Amino acid sequence: MAKSASQSSSQPSFFFRYGPEITGLLALVGATLVFELLVRIGVVNRFVIPPPSDVILAFERVVVEEDILGRTGATAFEMIIAAVASVVVGVPIGAALHRSALWRRAMEDWVGAMAAAPIVLAFPLFLVLFGRSPKTIIVMAFFHGLAPIILKTIEGLSGTRKVLINVGRSLNMTSSQLFWKILFPSALPVIFTGIRLSWTFVLITVVGVEYLINLGGLGQLINELAERYDLPGTYAAIFFVILVSVFFFILLERVELWLRPAR
Amino acid sequence: MSAVIEDIRLQPAMVVDDVVKRFGRGDELVTAVDHVSFNVQQGEFVSVIGPSGCGKSTLFNIIGGLLGDYEGSVMIGDERISAPHPAVGMVFQEESTFPWRNVIENVAFPLELQGVPKSERMDRAHHFIDMVGLASFEKNFPSQLSGGMRQRVSIARTLVSQPKILLMDEPFAALDEQTRLLLGDKITQIQQELNQTTLLITHNLTEAVQLSDRIVVMTYRPGKVKRIVDIKLPRPRTSDVVGSDAFGHYVAEIWNDLREEATRGMADSESAAARRGSHG
Ligand SMILES: Nc1ncnc2c1ncn2[C@@H]1O[C@H](COP(=O)(O)OP(=O)(O)O)[C@@H](O)[C@H]1O
Ligand SMILES: [Mg+2]
Repeated sequence: MAKSASQSSSQPSFFFRYGPEITGLLALVGATLVFELLVRIGVVNRFVIPPPSDVILAFERVVVEEDILGRTGATAFEMIIAAVASVVVGVPIGAALHRSALWRRAMEDWVGAMAAAPIVLAFPLFLVLFGRSPKTIIVMAFFHGLAPIILKTIEGLSGTRKVLINVGRSLNMTSSQLFWKILFPSALPVIFTGIRLSWTFVLITVVGVEYLINLGGLGQLINELAERYDLPGTYAAIFFVILVSVFFFILLERVELWLRPAR
Repeated sequence: MSAVIEDIRLQPAMVVDDVVKRFGRGDELVTAVDHVSFNVQQGEFVSVIGPSGCGKSTLFNIIGGLLGDYEGSVMIGDERISAPHPAVGMVFQEESTFPWRNVIENVAFPLELQGVPKSERMDRAHHFIDMVGLASFEKNFPSQLSGGMRQRVSIARTLVSQPKILLMDEPFAALDEQTRLLLGDKITQIQQELNQTTLLITHNLTEAVQLSDRIVVMTYRPGKVKRIVDIKLPRPRTSDVVGSDAFGHYVAEIWNDLREEATRGMADSESAAARRGSHG
C-alpha cells in the first residue's frame, strides 16, 4: 500500500498531469454525443441543429469546395491588422489622456460610450467611406477594439500605487523614466485585460461585418452556406471561426507570459 | 549652534532646524510638524518615535525631499532639502517592491537608472542582497516572498546606491514581533558593518531602544520634540539586549513620556470615530 502510494506520488500519472485537458475533452465529446442523441430521437429539430456527425462529415466538403483555409487566412489577416492597430493606437491615446486630467475627464465618457456602441450597425457609413473592401472591415473592427484599450490603459496607469511613484521620485527619476520604468509596467496587467476585451470585439466585428456586407472570409461563407440551407456546412464554418479565436487568445497569452513572467 | 569653531569631522550628517509643516487652511488647518529640531551625526542611528498621527511620515517626506514646501530647514552639508537628495536613501512604510521585477532586478534598479553596466550592477546588487540575507532568493519575484523578505528587498534596493543617510519610515510596521526583532538584528549588523548613518521613524518603543544611539520623542498633534534620549547600550548589539535591565529602564523611561501622548492620540481617534458614528 505505502509502496504504491509513494510510487504514484513520485511519478504523477498521465491523468493527474493532464487532468483538466482530459476532462475538458471528455465534456466536449459527451456534449456532442448528447446532441447527436437528441437530434436522432427527434427532441431537437435537425433543421435547427444538425446532428454533430453530419457537421463532422461536412468538414471535408467545406475544406475542398469552399476554400475554407484561404478564407480563414483572409479573416485572420483582417483580425491581426485590426487587433494590432487597436493596441498600437489605443495604448498611446490612453497614456496621453492619463497625463491630462482635463482631457481625461472630457473624453472618458465618450470613449466609454464608444465601447458600448454597436459599431457594427454603422456599416453603411463605413461602406461609403471605404468601399466594399477588406479596408472597411479592418477599420470597423479597429474602432470597435480601440475603446477598451484606451479605458483600461487609463485605469491601469492611474491605479499605480502611490508608494511606487514615490520610490521613483526619491530616486530623482525623470518623468519619462517614471512612465517607462514604473507606471507602464505597473499598468500592464490591466492593459492586458483591455486587450483581451478589445480582441473579442475585433473578432466579433470582423466576422460580423463579413457576414453583413457579404465579403471575404469566414463570415461571408457562413452567410452563403446559411442561405443555401447547408446547416452542417454552416456549423463547420463556425467551428473554424472558433479555431481562429482560440489561436488569437493563445497568442495573446504567450505575449503576456513573455512580458510579465511574474504572474 | 553655540560652538563657533567646529571640527569638520564633527559636522552632523544632517541638521533639522525649526521645521514646521501645516496642511489645509482656515478651520481645516492642521499643524503636522511643529518647530522640530534635532541633528544626526555621521554614523549615528537616530530614531524618531511618536504615536500615530503625530507627523512622523510628514517629517519623513520633508527630509526625503518629497514635500518641498515647508518652513525651517533640513540641511545636508550646506544644502537645504527641497527636493530628493542623492545623499538620502528612503525606505517606505508601505510595501514598495516592484512586482514585475525579481529580487535582483529590484535591487539593481537604482543602478540601472544611473547607467551602471549590467555585470557591475548585478555584482553590487548581489552584495547587498547577500547582506540582507536573501542570497538564495535572487531570482524570486516579490509575490513569492513573505512581507519581511520584501521589506528586506526594499532595504537592499535603497542601500545599493550607498546613500550617506538611510531614512526609513516604519519599515517593520506590518511585520510580526519575532520577525521584527530578527530584522532589527539585521539592521544593527548592517549599520555597524557600513557605519551607516540612519534615521528611523517608528511608533515601536522596543524597536527604537533596540536599534538607536539616540531617540527623538515626539508629542501628539501638533508634533513637537518632547525629549531627546541618549541610549547608552553597548555596541555591537543584538536583539539579546531586549532582556537586559538597562533596556528595561530605557523603555520604561520613554514610555513615561509617550504614554501621555499616546493617550491623547487615542482619545482623539475615539472622538473622531464617535463623530463619524453620530453622523452615520
Ligand atoms: N497631505 C496631507 N494633507 C492633509 N493633512 C495631512 C496630509 N498628510 C498628513 N496629514 C495630517 O498630518 C497629521 C500627521 O500625519 P502623518 O505625518 O502621516 O503622521 P504619522 O506618520 O505620525 O502617523 C495627521 O493629522 C494627518 O491627517
Ligand atoms: Mg506614518
